[in-house]
Amino acid sequence: MTGNEGVLRGRVAAVLSVLFLLLLTPVAAHAVSDFRGTGPAPMGTSGGDEQVLFGSITDPDGEGLADIGLTLEQDGAELGTTTTNSDGEWEIPVPEPGTYDVVLDLETLPADLQPQQETGERREGVLVRPGRLQTRVPFPLISTDERQEPPPGAEPTEEPEEAPTTDDAPAPEEEGAIATEQPRGASFGARFAQLTVEGVKLGAIIAITAVGLSLVFGTTRLINFAHGEFVTIGAVTAFFLSTSPGNLPLILAAALAMVVVALLAGALEKTVWLPMRRRGTGLIQLFIISIGLSLLLRYLMLVLFGSRRGSYSEYNVQAALEIGIIRITPRDLIVTVLAFAIMVAIGLMLTKTRIGKAMRAVSDNKDLAEASGINVSRVILVVWILGGALAGLGGVFYGLTSAVYWDMGFYLLLLMFAGVILGGIGSAYGAMVGSLIIGLVSQWSTLWFAPSLQNLWALLVLILVLLLRPQGIFGRAERAG
Amino acid sequence: MEFMDILSNSLRGAVGPEAAIYALAAVGLNLHFGYTGLLNFGQVGFMLVGAYGAAISVQTWGLPLWVGVLVGLACAVVLAIILGIPTLRLRGDYLAITTIAAAEVLRYLYRSSYAEPLTGGVYGLDQFAGDFFALNPFTESVSLGPFAFSARNLWVMSVTWGMVALFSLLVFLLMRSPWGRVLKAVREDELAARSLGKNVYAYKMQSLILGGVLGALAGVMLAVHGQLAHPDIYMPAVTFYLWAIVILGGASRIMGPIVGAVIFWFLISFLDALLRQATTMGYIPASILAPSEVSAMRFVFVGLLLVLLMAFRPAGILGNREELRLSVR
Repeated sequence: MTGNEGVLRGRVAAVLSVLFLLLLTPVAAHAVSDFRGTGPAPMGTSGGDEQVLFGSITDPDGEGLADIGLTLEQDGAELGTTTTNSDGEWEIPVPEPGTYDVVLDLETLPADLQPQQETGERREGVLVRPGRLQTRVPFPLISTDERQEPPPGAEPTEEPEEAPTTDDAPAPEEEGAIATEQPRGASFGARFAQLTVEGVKLGAIIAITAVGLSLVFGTTRLINFAHGEFVTIGAVTAFFLSTSPGNLPLILAAALAMVVVALLAGALEKTVWLPMRRRGTGLIQLFIISIGLSLLLRYLMLVLFGSRRGSYSEYNVQAALEIGIIRITPRDLIVTVLAFAIMVAIGLMLTKTRIGKAMRAVSDNKDLAEASGINVSRVILVVWILGGALAGLGGVFYGLTSAVYWDMGFYLLLLMFAGVILGGIGSAYGAMVGSLIIGLVSQWSTLWFAPSLQNLWALLVLILVLLLRPQGIFGRAERAG
Repeated sequence: MEFMDILSNSLRGAVGPEAAIYALAAVGLNLHFGYTGLLNFGQVGFMLVGAYGAAISVQTWGLPLWVGVLVGLACAVVLAIILGIPTLRLRGDYLAITTIAAAEVLRYLYRSSYAEPLTGGVYGLDQFAGDFFALNPFTESVSLGPFAFSARNLWVMSVTWGMVALFSLLVFLLMRSPWGRVLKAVREDELAARSLGKNVYAYKMQSLILGGVLGALAGVMLAVHGQLAHPDIYMPAVTFYLWAIVILGGASRIMGPIVGAVIFWFLISFLDALLRQATTMGYIPASILAPSEVSAMRFVFVGLLLVLLMAFRPAGILGNREELRLSVR
């Protein structure tokens, strides 16, 4: 680190922004070009490129209903039909992005069930955006003797819906929430407030997953690429436990999933990382091993879980609470509050408990910690187990608020990296603060930019941090250089 | 089971167009990792910008293909500079994180509806490489024992393997030059190189740019081969294929990427054909592995290969353990 580095950085930042604009020029230039891709939709490399509408039809107890007929229509013309499988799941491919209507065949419903709303068998104006492969269309059902009457004087369904969440993860839970576009009518302030809520929610989820990543780095100097897979495994385990044949309540399933991921992380430390460190394996080697592990686990999840998007049967359809100008479902509220409670608990653990202090000591100086009688191997094992459990829980939270899918962890990993580096890698507090900022930035960006580009803004934050303060908000300068 | 079929399939895979294309990208990655010690985990990002540079120039702007290829390579230079400026002064793993994130984000960007008028979004751009196939001197398919290739594939293979040979020679000559010796010094001990007055940062940047351009060229060939530039061809997994190839063959060896690519694609084709036969003929029950899930097993295999190689033979087949000191400073 030399004195003129700061000046240099400033100059470099200017060059960088120009270069970045250059790279984007081809994209920005589309305004003057009238080209449209007219070729046939290419066949996907893995067969997963087809755009589909999907959903699952369940009775009020969450039991899937088989052989329910659905019809896909566009402008009154019938485009296709399908029926649900034995788990109540259905899927209809759509020919191209656009708006579609999906109609539930009432004849095929059991006699004691009916759509939650009066005309709930028709879902009109379902928007399939270009680039989104799967769009969920919900058909909530209730038993025939309890149709909800709209409260007198209130418009039943056509409320402005909540702000768009991630493009890949629609939030279809509210009544009538199909199109995830923010209505143009909502004021900027209202949208900003709503997106802030969404951002805090996303940030809190990233934060509790990222703590493990950062603590593992702090104690072992290993950037664990497989951390994202811990998230996926947690979510998928809870999914399997909470559906048949186990049918455990989700809370119990989530607790078990945490245990499973914690055991997996601990077992990996015992069988892979500890022996490798003892052999004096280089950090780059360990890093590449973690990448191989990540690839292996990720695609095992694809084989086990399939390429579908699942959602937990419990807490799936909820009416949003309205607090002032913002709307949040009780589920999302509880997830956010829990995530914050966990963050506080981690902070207390790190400052007040013996093991927490030992963790910080090992992060600060491993040799000194060892010399002062701390059992470093044990501390590292605890860090892995704790990080694994938190990642598993974060996975369940993310699965609850958006969806469970096989590479959700990899998607989140990129956000975690941005958050962890922004906060200062190795620091647990840094990981939390950084993740919250990343969550907010990626949600606020949808005020002006397409939701599918959320990650781009997180990456830009990452690059800016590396340029201006590579050690992050809470990091110490010596670590980065 | 038709073992002869599986075997000849695998042999075809070992020298086929994919092997050639991946070898070319791996030559670039070998320059990054093997010779300079840069952890570039976003090589697929360079391939993506290269392929789209060519495809957009031809399909959207109506330029000839060779201009498009130059545009693609220029895009790779820009990308390398953008990624290099913030990260090359920092510890190696920052580059790794930034490149892997950038590659994935670029894929989102190119497939987004925002970019669709230019990049074709989820549909990609196709049929832009007519110029290339118009030059094809082969008129009919050639078959030599198990090696049967269509005229089209033969043309792609000849050109790509030719480029692999050319650029391997270039890297060989560069590594014998003073420039190459500085690169290796940077890999061995950055501080020592710096104290001898070498501008380490500039050397790393040059290496990142050159290797990235080779990656972009491979990306162009991948798009040309399928006549399609599509975001989902350029998944992060491609980068991990390349890493497996470089490490399998032996990093910091001229022949490493070539040997690695041939063996890697032999193994991959073998595994694919074997599993496909085993599942369709019922040796593996569908409840364990459905035929549609076979292609996913390929990635599981690559992940396992990476783990085992790194754990037990980090120098690969040709590599020299002494030369490859894998530690972050």
